[in-house]
Amino acid sequence: MELVIAALVGFLVAGGAYLMMSGQLIRFLFGLVLLSNAANLGIFASGRLTYATPPFVPEGSTATAVTAANALPQALILTAIVIGFGLLAFALALAFRAWQSLGTVEMDAMRACEPLEPPTPPVASTPTPVTGSRREAAE
Amino acid sequence: MILVWPIVIPMITAVITLLLRKTALAYHVSLLGSVALLGSGLILLRAVLTGGPMAAQMGGWEAPFGITLFADILSAAMVVIAGIVAVAVIVYSRFDVTEDEKRVGFHALSHALLVGVCGAFLTGDIFNLYVWFEVMLIASFGLLVIGGRRDQIDAAVKYVGLNLVATLAFLTGVGILYGAAGTLNMADLHLVLADRQSETAVLASAALLLFAFGAKAAMFPVFAWLPASYHTPAFATSALFAALLTKVGVYALLRVFTVVYDGGGGFIQPILLIGAVLTMVIGVLGAAAQNDVRRILSFHIISQIGYMVLGLALFTPLAIIGAIFYLFHHIIVKANLFFVAGLIKLKAGSEELDKIGGLLKASPFLAILFLIPALSLAGIPPLSGFWAKFIIVQASLEARDWWVALAALAVGLITLFSMTKIWLAAFWKDHPDAAFAKGPVMPRSMTAPIAVLAVMTVIIGLGAGPLYTVAEEAAITLLDPLAYVEVVLGPEVAETARAERAATQLAEVSQ
Repeated sequence: MELVIAALVGFLVAGGAYLMMSGQLIRFLFGLVLLSNAANLGIFASGRLTYATPPFVPEGSTATAVTAANALPQALILTAIVIGFGLLAFALALAFRAWQSLGTVEMDAMRACEPLEPPTPPVASTPTPVTGSRREAAE
Repeated sequence: MILVWPIVIPMITAVITLLLRKTALAYHVSLLGSVALLGSGLILLRAVLTGGPMAAQMGGWEAPFGITLFADILSAAMVVIAGIVAVAVIVYSRFDVTEDEKRVGFHALSHALLVGVCGAFLTGDIFNLYVWFEVMLIASFGLLVIGGRRDQIDAAVKYVGLNLVATLAFLTGVGILYGAAGTLNMADLHLVLADRQSETAVLASAALLLFAFGAKAAMFPVFAWLPASYHTPAFATSALFAALLTKVGVYALLRVFTVVYDGGGGFIQPILLIGAVLTMVIGVLGAAAQNDVRRILSFHIISQIGYMVLGLALFTPLAIIGAIFYLFHHIIVKANLFFVAGLIKLKAGSEELDKIGGLLKASPFLAILFLIPALSLAGIPPLSGFWAKFIIVQASLEARDWWVALAALAVGLITLFSMTKIWLAAFWKDHPDAAFAKGPVMPRSMTAPIAVLAVMTVIIGLGAGPLYTVAEEAAITLLDPLAYVEVVLGPEVAETARAERAATQLAEVSQ
């Protein structure tokens, strides 16, 4: 069973990585979803998979049965799912807002915060006088 | 219970300021909350300095099972510095942050961020470290987008995307670590993993955590999110991020790679060393190529992170002292430089170097306020940055890594160059707009925090002794994980481990 889960984790990571590298914001987010599920499954498998009794303390005893499933990874995954869900909701809203204000979801075209050609450094910036002939030539 | 207060105080403040966010009262509550945070940090630091490291078990569960809070000198000092930055940022935000941003919840989000930061400093459990990272991350997402401007949204996309990838690596690493060790308490992990450092699962988790913390600390090559985003929000927010967020990554590296993984051995150290040097060099070269005050400063954060990681990578006691000293100094200086950038923008009307100038004539006071943190960052004696760099370079010379020392010195020089660039463009040359007058009067709520932090820089520089002693003692506890174990799991456990280790050493020697 561990092998199946391990293969599934690998499959999800591969799919996630593929989607994230496609250069589109929405695909990037779906890639993140796959990756976060892969991480959760990984934790699940790392807690050992057993066909066992539920992790309840039997009546009259002070500890769970030795064969009980490990409850801790499940608690960890639950926390991770909740956090991941909140972050994903935020990221989707952000993606929508980005599409609204930037007009694109292509990651390469989103350069509002880092313009491609920064102005020349001030040390070399002697303002070149735009002569009449040059302006005419440009036109 | 004093361990809980640095987390609870900002939490309460965040809730109250959220409720009061549309009133002017929010500012006062926020300021009160940050002063209380600083106070609780100081009490904690005093308790730790006099009584040694302390731990508290949440919910009454015994150590390896419950959630542990732990404070040694390093954590307590980091909480104090976070408190100092918080007070400065809140005072500065009074004028700098727009009314709209305050109404959306600037104060609440800032304190939520502080909850995450202080939680990360104080936790003794690696899964909780993940949770505190998330708290910090979510709050920083909010702070980054509350302005809603076009470039802010774009910056947030990159910041959110890349940080989420790092977070997932962190989570996966924690999962693998749990699978290998069966525990998540850092003290317990130290005992369980003591002689299993070369197992594949342990190495895999170490690699994932290195990636995650490296990305959080903006190390080469996973720093791209930082210069893309730090120049877009309000200056108070930029300063808060610059001072604290990356440092939490460095703190996590320092903590996890001394307590959980044996920092000295294995494949981690060479990676850290090369990564640190490349971070220093690439960061400073990036800064030299920029033309916008805050983007220059953002690239400098990356470059300076390299020095701190270098301290961890060298892993000698002196190098760790250097890393800790650098951490203390850098938080104060960097917050201050972003504050000054805000005043430059206010006075000269822009952040782009070729659109500003003439500030030396317009405001000599601002010029002095800029020079102190700028020269400190570049490492000019007698300011705080000189001692920080001096210790790191000394440590790398002692480790006989000549090329590392050379790189550190060269990077300091280029740092000085790019600070000169800001100086020449913003202060020295005339304003490109000939009609430019003096600009608006600088509000006292903006100059006061800068002046206080500048005075602190000078004090650290002139009287580096006490802070060096604190850094030294912090490094001593950091390099003795069994002291950590002793506080968290009890003296008997630590004694047994010590005896076992002495026995194995004896056996190795006799062979």
